[in-house]
Amino acid sequence: MKLLKPENPVGIIGYGAYIPRYRIKTTEIARVWRGEGAGPIREKSVPGPDEDTITMSIEAGRNALARARVAPESIRAIWIGSESHPYAVKPSGTIVAEALGADSSISAADFEFACKAGTEALIAGMGFVGSGMARYMMAIGMDTAQGKPGDVLEYTAAAGGGALILGPAAESAAVLDGAYSYVSDTPDFWRRQTAKYPEHAQRFTGEPAYFDHIGHALRTYLDETGTTAKDYAYVIFHQPNAKFPQKIAKEAGFTPDQLAPGLLSPFIGNTYSGAVPLGLCATLDIARPGDRILAVSFGSGAGSDAFSLTVTSKIDEVRALAPTTQAYINRRTEIDYAVYAKYREKIDFDR
Amino acid sequence: MENPRHWRLKKQRYALVGEICPHCAVKIFPPRDVCPECGLEAKTSYQFSGKGKIYSYTKMTDGPAGFRQNAPYFVALIQLNEGPMITAQLTDVGDEEIKIGSPVEMVTRKLREDGDQHGAILYGYKFRPVLQEVSA
Repeated sequence: MKLLKPENPVGIIGYGAYIPRYRIKTTEIARVWRGEGAGPIREKSVPGPDEDTITMSIEAGRNALARARVAPESIRAIWIGSESHPYAVKPSGTIVAEALGADSSISAADFEFACKAGTEALIAGMGFVGSGMARYMMAIGMDTAQGKPGDVLEYTAAAGGGALILGPAAESAAVLDGAYSYVSDTPDFWRRQTAKYPEHAQRFTGEPAYFDHIGHALRTYLDETGTTAKDYAYVIFHQPNAKFPQKIAKEAGFTPDQLAPGLLSPFIGNTYSGAVPLGLCATLDIARPGDRILAVSFGSGAGSDAFSLTVTSKIDEVRALAPTTQAYINRRTEIDYAVYAKYREKIDFDR
Repeated sequence: MENPRHWRLKKQRYALVGEICPHCAVKIFPPRDVCPECGLEAKTSYQFSGKGKIYSYTKMTDGPAGFRQNAPYFVALIQLNEGPMITAQLTDVGDEEIKIGSPVEMVTRKLREDGDQHGAILYGYKFRPVLQEVSA
């Protein structure tokens, strides 16, 4: 039995998305660097100069609390997965907990696993709630991803994410059926302690990293649960671009319609740790009771988490209690490379 | 370094936590423990909704130290729905017209960084144009 399944059934009782309002077109980045652009990714989200993983987690967390309809004091853990925590040393979790009005008697922690830090926090939270140690916990995946100016990653490194509040399955809008996690030491992408931008192993990030790990996690999860692609209404894959998730979806027998609601990278770019939680928020925004949703994340370094949910009738009660993911996608202000360089602190003010 | 002051003010700054007077029910922000209306003790904490309207505003084209790189930006007097008037920065101003009476909502953002790259990051309330839900 490789499946991760808690003793007490656990579900998502509230979810909340956040995407900053600024967008830069990939053709604008290509204009500056005379690059080739990023294919089907038209533009990426850019955080404002006063935003970071902490402020964005606070807004997503408030949205999740509004849908969960529980007092912030009843949350027993706030775990934030990100590769862009504002501090190298000082937890994001304590600031977010304080801003959300959580009690001091909680666990607050920051997770890091490249792009799958958010689902890592979610799976740990399944254990925390499923063991009975906590009634409710909040798992957040959020990033303000950094790409070196001119690097291929700059075309897609975006900002956004989602917050998920876990609680007893009986109270949930979507029950977590189970999870599976697969990891191996694979050096495809990394950022050293004091480096501002990450390094990547070019094409090595494809087959031995993304496809191998997601493929393993996906196949094992389907085998262990005795399900196939047609058992799911929707599927969400980690989306560093548009091509990778489309390729793995096709190979595994999923249709473009199953993939579409949670595939946001063509509109906002790659939100790293935020990508799968945000894709899940967008899918929950349109899912019907009884729908099953499969999600498979990927984080460089490397690993993949697969989990699935069954949507309950409570989804219709909670959906309208906070802004939809689409509301954030539609709220867009286009900026040029100069403003982007200012907002992302690529201009040295010599402060 | 003003860590003690920032630490003391964190609840009101991060989440607009003020007070409500147990005697005359007036909502108080910032918290001051004495009701400005009836003069009696008021220490009951109160979570403001964060919704309000622009009472007046100005555009800052040359900000003070710590805010200069954010210029131009708006500073506004916000009349909170619960009554109090507070001063705050506006943020996420896009194509919306900023005018007196515009509805705004509170968000928690970076205010500034204490010192250069080595200091603490200060977070607090700002207001933005109300997020529009998509029509179904």
